[in-house]
Order: sequence, then C-alpha cells, then structure tokens
Amino acid sequence: MVKKLYLGLLFFFLYAPIIVLMVFSFNESRSGTVWTGFSLTWYEELFRDRRMQDAFRYTLLVAVISTAVSTFIGTFTAIGIQKLRPKWQAFALNVNYFPVINPEIVTAISLMMLYRSLRLDFGFATMLMSHIMFSIPYVILAVLPRLYALDKNLAEAAQDLGATPWQAIVKVIIPQIRPSIFTGALMAFTMSLDDFVISFFNSGGGVTNLSIEIYAMARRGIRPTVNALATLMVAVIFTVVLIANRISIRKAKS
Amino acid sequence: MDTKKLSYPYLVWITLTILVPMLLIFLYSIIEPGPEPLTFQFSLAHYLRALDGLHLQVLWGSFVIALASTAACLLIGYPAAWFISRLRARSQSQVILLLMMPMWINMLLRSYAWMTILSRNGILNSVLAFFGLPEQNLLYTDFAVILGMVYNFLPFMILPIYTAILKVDANLVDAARDLGASPGETFLKVIFPLSIPGIITGITMVFLPSMSSFVIPQLLGGGQFLMIGNLIERQYLLTGNWHFGSALAMLLMAFILLSVWLMKRFDPKSMDSGEGVIPW
Amino acid sequence: MLQKKPLITIRNLTKEFDGEVVLKGIDLTIHQNEFVTLLGPSGCGKTTLLRILGGFEQPSDGEVRFEGIDLTQIPAYKREVNTVFQKYALFPHLDVYENIAFGLRLKKVPEAAIMEKVNRMLSLVKLDGFQKRSITSLSGGQQQRIAIARALINQPKVLLLDEPLGALDLKLRQEMQYELKEMQKELGITFIFVTHDQEEALTMSDTIVVLNEGQIQQKGCPVDIYNEPNNRFVANFIGESNIVPGVMPMDLRVAFEGQTFHCVDRGFRQNEEVDVVIRPEDLQIVPEREGAFTGVVDSVIFKGVHYEILVMVGDREYVVHATKSASIGSKVGLFVSPEDIHVMKWGGA
Repeated sequence: MVKKLYLGLLFFFLYAPIIVLMVFSFNESRSGTVWTGFSLTWYEELFRDRRMQDAFRYTLLVAVISTAVSTFIGTFTAIGIQKLRPKWQAFALNVNYFPVINPEIVTAISLMMLYRSLRLDFGFATMLMSHIMFSIPYVILAVLPRLYALDKNLAEAAQDLGATPWQAIVKVIIPQIRPSIFTGALMAFTMSLDDFVISFFNSGGGVTNLSIEIYAMARRGIRPTVNALATLMVAVIFTVVLIANRISIRKAKS
Repeated sequence: MDTKKLSYPYLVWITLTILVPMLLIFLYSIIEPGPEPLTFQFSLAHYLRALDGLHLQVLWGSFVIALASTAACLLIGYPAAWFISRLRARSQSQVILLLMMPMWINMLLRSYAWMTILSRNGILNSVLAFFGLPEQNLLYTDFAVILGMVYNFLPFMILPIYTAILKVDANLVDAARDLGASPGETFLKVIFPLSIPGIITGITMVFLPSMSSFVIPQLLGGGQFLMIGNLIERQYLLTGNWHFGSALAMLLMAFILLSVWLMKRFDPKSMDSGEGVIPW
Repeated sequence: MLQKKPLITIRNLTKEFDGEVVLKGIDLTIHQNEFVTLLGPSGCGKTTLLRILGGFEQPSDGEVRFEGIDLTQIPAYKREVNTVFQKYALFPHLDVYENIAFGLRLKKVPEAAIMEKVNRMLSLVKLDGFQKRSITSLSGGQQQRIAIARALINQPKVLLLDEPLGALDLKLRQEMQYELKEMQKELGITFIFVTHDQEEALTMSDTIVVLNEGQIQQKGCPVDIYNEPNNRFVANFIGESNIVPGVMPMDLRVAFEGQTFHCVDRGFRQNEEVDVVIRPEDLQIVPEREGAFTGVVDSVIFKGVHYEILVMVGDREYVVHATKSASIGSKVGLFVSPEDIHVMKWGGA
C-alpha cells in the first residue's frame, strides 16, 4: 500500500507538470491557470511563426547530418582504436572521454574559442561541426564494448578464408556490431535534437534550433506557443518511445 | 590495409577539436593582455578574481545547490528504487519505462513546465488560494532551482540504485533470512550495503550535472541567482572576458575531475560498468 | 616411412611481444601430407607458431618458407593455408551454408559450383541437410565440423588446427580424433595441429613437436617421443614418468638405486651422470626377494583400468601402474626389463 502510494506520488510529480503544460496549450486565453475554453489559437500562431519553422528545419537537418557523419566516423574509428597499441588506445579513449565527462558549458566555450581562433563565421557550419564533435564519442563508446566482446578470431577467420582486411570489416565485423551501431546512432540523434548549450554558444547568423528558440521565449516569461510546441514534441517523443519499446519487447519474445 | 590506421584521422580530429581547445582555455586562464597591443603576460589574476568574495560566493552557492539537489534526489530516489524493485517483474519494466520517458523530453521544456506552475499566476498559487492559503512567490528562488534539478535529474538517481538492488543475489537474501535476520535486518545488513555502488553512481550522475547546469538556474532562478555555469556564460556572451571565463572553466573542470576521482575511489567499478554515461 | 617433399621450412624463427620472447629460434621442416602436432603446455609458444603460419602474426626474426617462397611477405588472405580456430569463429550472422561458402564467395565462384562444393563438404563432415541451420542452433561438435568444412572447401595445402577439440566432451573428442585422422589421409593434405593434450597428440600424429618455453624440446614420431624422451621435460609431459638420477659406467649399463642394470642406451661418457626414465606401467611389483630393488607400499589408488601404487624406495617415491593391488605397508620388490629403462642426459636437479 505504502509502495503504491509512494510510486503514485512520484509519478504525479514527474508527469503533472508536463500534463499541465499540455492542457493549457489548448486554452483560449493566455492564462496558464484559468481555463477559459478550448482553442487551437496557440498552435495556429506556432505554425505561422517563420522563425520556429526555420529552427525546426535546422534542428532536423543538423540532427540527420551529424548522426550520419558521426555514426560513420565513430564506427570505423572504434574498429581502428581497438587495434591500436595499448598506449595509444588509452590516449584515444581518454581524450574521447573528455566531452562525455566535461560539463556541456565547458565543451561549448572550448569550441567557441576554437572557431573564433580560426576566424570562422558562426552559423550552420559551426553548429553542425559541434554536433558531430560531441556525438562521435558516444558512438565510439556504444560500439567499442561490442567490438571488445567480439571473438577476435572472427576477423582473422574471414581473412584466413581469403577476405582482405577491408572485406573482413564490411562482411563480418560490421554485421556483428550492427545493434550497437544503431544504439550509437540513436544516441547521437537524440542528443543532437536535444542539445541546447553547445548550439547556443556555437550558432549564429540567424541559424538556431528549437532549443534556442524555446530558451529565448521562456526567458521572456510564459508564452502559450511554447506550450503548444512542447505538446507536439512530447507527443512525438512518447509515440516513438512507445513504438520502439513495443518492437523491442516483440523482438525479445521471438 | 592495416586496420588500426582507421583510427588515425580521428586521433588528429580529437587533438584539434578537444585537446587544442582545452589548451586554449588553459592558456587564456593564465595570461592577460600586456601593456602593448597583441602582447600577453603571465598572470594568475583571473584565478584570484574567481576566488574573491563575490565570486567565491557563487562557487560556494553552486556547490550548496548541487549538494542539496543530490541529497533530495537520494532521499526521494532510494525508497522509489526499492519500491520499484519489489513490484512484480512485469510491472517493473513498465514502471521503469514510465520513469525514463520524461528524460526524453528536452530539459528546457521540463524546466519551462515548472515556470508555468511556480509563477505568481501559476497553478500552484491558485491551488493555495483555493484552500485559503497565502500566495507564495516561489519562481526565481533557490527552492525553484533545486526543485528543477530534482525534477530533471531524479531518474538518474533511481535507475542505478534500482539496478544495484536488482543485482543483489536472491540467494543472499534467503541466506540472511536463514541465518535469522529479520526483513529489516536483511535490508540493513545485506541489501543496503550491496546497493552502495548504485548510490555512488547515482550521486555522481546527479551532482555533477547539477553543479555545472546553466539552463535550470537561468530559467527557474531567473538569472538573479547565479551559478558557476551562468557566470561562465556571462564571460563569453556578455562581457567578453575570455580570460576570466577560462579561469572559471578550469576551476569547474578541476572540481569535476576531483569529484569523479573521489567517486572512483569509493567504487572502482562504477564508472567502467557502462551504466554511467553522465547526462549533462 | 616414405620420404616426402618438404612443404614448410622454418629457420631460426623468433617472436617477441613487448620484450617477452615467445619463440626462441625455431627450426622445423614440415612435409607434404604430414600430420604434425605442436604439443606443449599453455604459454609454450605453440599457438604463436601456428598464428605466424596463418599470417596473423609477423615473426620478429627468422624465415618461413612455403614451397620455397618467403611466406612472411604474404598476407593471411592470400595464403594457401586455412585455419580451424579454437572456438571455431563461425560467423553468427550467416547460416551454415553461407559460412561454408564464405571463401568461395570471395573468390567469385559461380553459384552452382558453390552449391555443389558446399553440399560435398557437408557430407564429408557428415552434416548433410544442415544448410539452412543457424550457427547458434548447433552443438559444439557440429560447429566443429562446420568450421572444418569451411576451411577445407578452399582446398588449402595446409590446414592449421588450434586446439580444435578442446571444447568437446571426452567421447566426442575421441570420435573427432579418429575422424580428423581419416579426413587427413583421405584428402592427402598437411595438418598442423596444436594441442596441450598428449594423448590426443599420440593418437593422431605422424610427427609430434614438443615445445616448451619457446623452444623445440623434441621432434619425432609418437612411439619415439613416448619411449625415448630427450629430456626431463618431455618425459614428464608425455605421460607419467619416474625420473631417477643414475650413472653410466659403460655402454649398455646404467647404475641407480645402488644396482647396475642392463639397458639399451649407449654413447655416453664413462661414468656420466644421467637421468633414468621408467614409465609407471613398465615397473612390476614382485615378491620382495625377486625384485631388483625393494621398497614399501605407501598408497594404493584404484584408477579403473589399473591401480596407481606409490612405492617408497628409501626417500624416493616410485609410481607404479599395476593390474593387481598391493597392501599398504608391505615390503615389495620392483622389477623393470632392460628395454624399458630409458637413459637421457642429466637435466640438473
């Protein structure tokens, strides 16, 4: 009984704010407290907002490109790293770990200083590069354990049977680590979609993403269009997570 | 082709995008512009400035907020993890999914949700008014910041503790009972000690991001309440003082490396087990 | 025995890993159609030697020639050598058919030919009808056979086998030993087989190469290796042995335990100190006064096929394998015939 009550309160705490947010996105008035009637005004306003549409497009574009690039680089790098001599391996892994344990704000300013020193213009390119930079370590961290767990004779067996080292990677190693490559790509994608701090410091020239727009609006106080945007994002996320969960359960069963 | 060569481009890349910028931060933190343009001289002034009264207060304040948030997460999270582990196996995985879902929502939105609740005209005050209680001004206070931290990071405390409790061999519990321990004693003498690695991972995963967070204090603390993250942001985006900002960043990194190292000493396995990718 | 053409010649082969010398100047010739076993304890360098032949390691020094051509310059995937790995290393993402076809696919062999060859291989390893099975559904013994089929389909001149039977249970292992030997005879190719199991080596090999600490201790046919061990290490490693210090007063005579015995060894210096090796099954327990020397029965353990009896002669313990038991504490005589006394150079204390 205590157990159910406690967990009930916990999930009330976790979900109530989100539900309140979503409910008031359909409110007719600006108020976040008093329900004055159902309306889609704020959604209409959101869809009329050109800045929001641009931010949405940039968010997706950066996420897709940075995921593709970082998954590709991360996977092949991990395959290479695992063959390095222990000393170099330790170097690569330790440096690779920096963006993971470093606070985001430190990564953000470090990149900002780098781009400034190189006299780059802040905009789409710097934002994309930053996303690729912070995503690769996660892809590597997702792929490496699987590589280490792999029977190292597998690649040798492929070569023994006449595969060049490259063929051995493509025909044997990659198929073996495919699930962890997928995990890495998923991490890269969600982190890119979600990123605020690093993008905030390293974009410019009118290029923003959704997080930056939300931040800008939220700082000016409560605006129901943010509620509308939040509702849409939460709906998409929950649908995706639930479907993914269903699929993984079905896979586990079969 | 030699397979290890596949990693060479990345070694160059991380040297360029990770090591060189880190070096830049370090360099900027120990120099200041010289008397003539484009000259620089060695100086520890930025560090001294970071440790003067006003700024030291910010550092200390960040530490206290992070500590309070971590303590609150632990107090709320441990019983939660324990209760979840006592559910039927089928419900457990559903509850865990329910716990993880909010983590997929953008941190800005999660913080924004609390803004709407805590604000002067927010839901909380209308509920209080309904019961005839005085209006509270909670938004833009320490409490709001800590609440935001707990709300954002609580799952990171619950999950590792829950995993650690699950890993406790059921035979050990049976053995303790067999040797005459009451359920309470079994918990105190067997389950709790064995769940300590999970607690340590949880503390690391809540404390470190709380310490360096800059979004939550900005939105829920209203920027009046400054934490070290906000201070760093100001140096880069407002005042343009990279030297002071770099010194602050160095201090933050030093503090975090020290914490990670301390945690590792408590539990050598916690960071290597793969449970601990730290969510900033 | 027929003298065959040398296939692989290894000269002064040395391998170092981070300053640790694993192979110390190996010289070895392997012939066509020979079943060679590299035998030794773990860490003796046998697997490293095999991996150098397979192309997975580069030697630090020395040369390896394959039909006269320097092998070290040829990458693994171009060598006419195939390997059966210790844990089989079958590709889990491919089914049985695709695993076996792997090598032919890379050589772009037409599909019809691949199918015909895969089917032939499957019947060679007695797994007809297994084409579409997934690797994970196979038992250890079946995986073993698929690994052999996958290697043999490429028609290698040499098949390298790295402790391939280690993971199988005793009965299956004995069956596979026999089958491997049959396969090797039928195909007429060279097998190089690595194992630490001396019984396996004795059963299957034409030639056994005993390795220890990166050096060849002895090379020879199973009977010679068993009966005439070169040194203490070989004597101890191949079966159980009683090793006793002795002296050679002259050819065909050896003195130990205060007696002089006839033996079949010659070529030692006069009064040279030697080690005398006597196999436990060559010692006979006889009534006290019929023995060449006497001792007291210390313990008796029943081992199924025989009794293992420990006899104390003075301070020295002799292991005897006998079909009849003896009572503990009784005084007995020990007898050994001249041809069962093996004399080897003194190996130190």
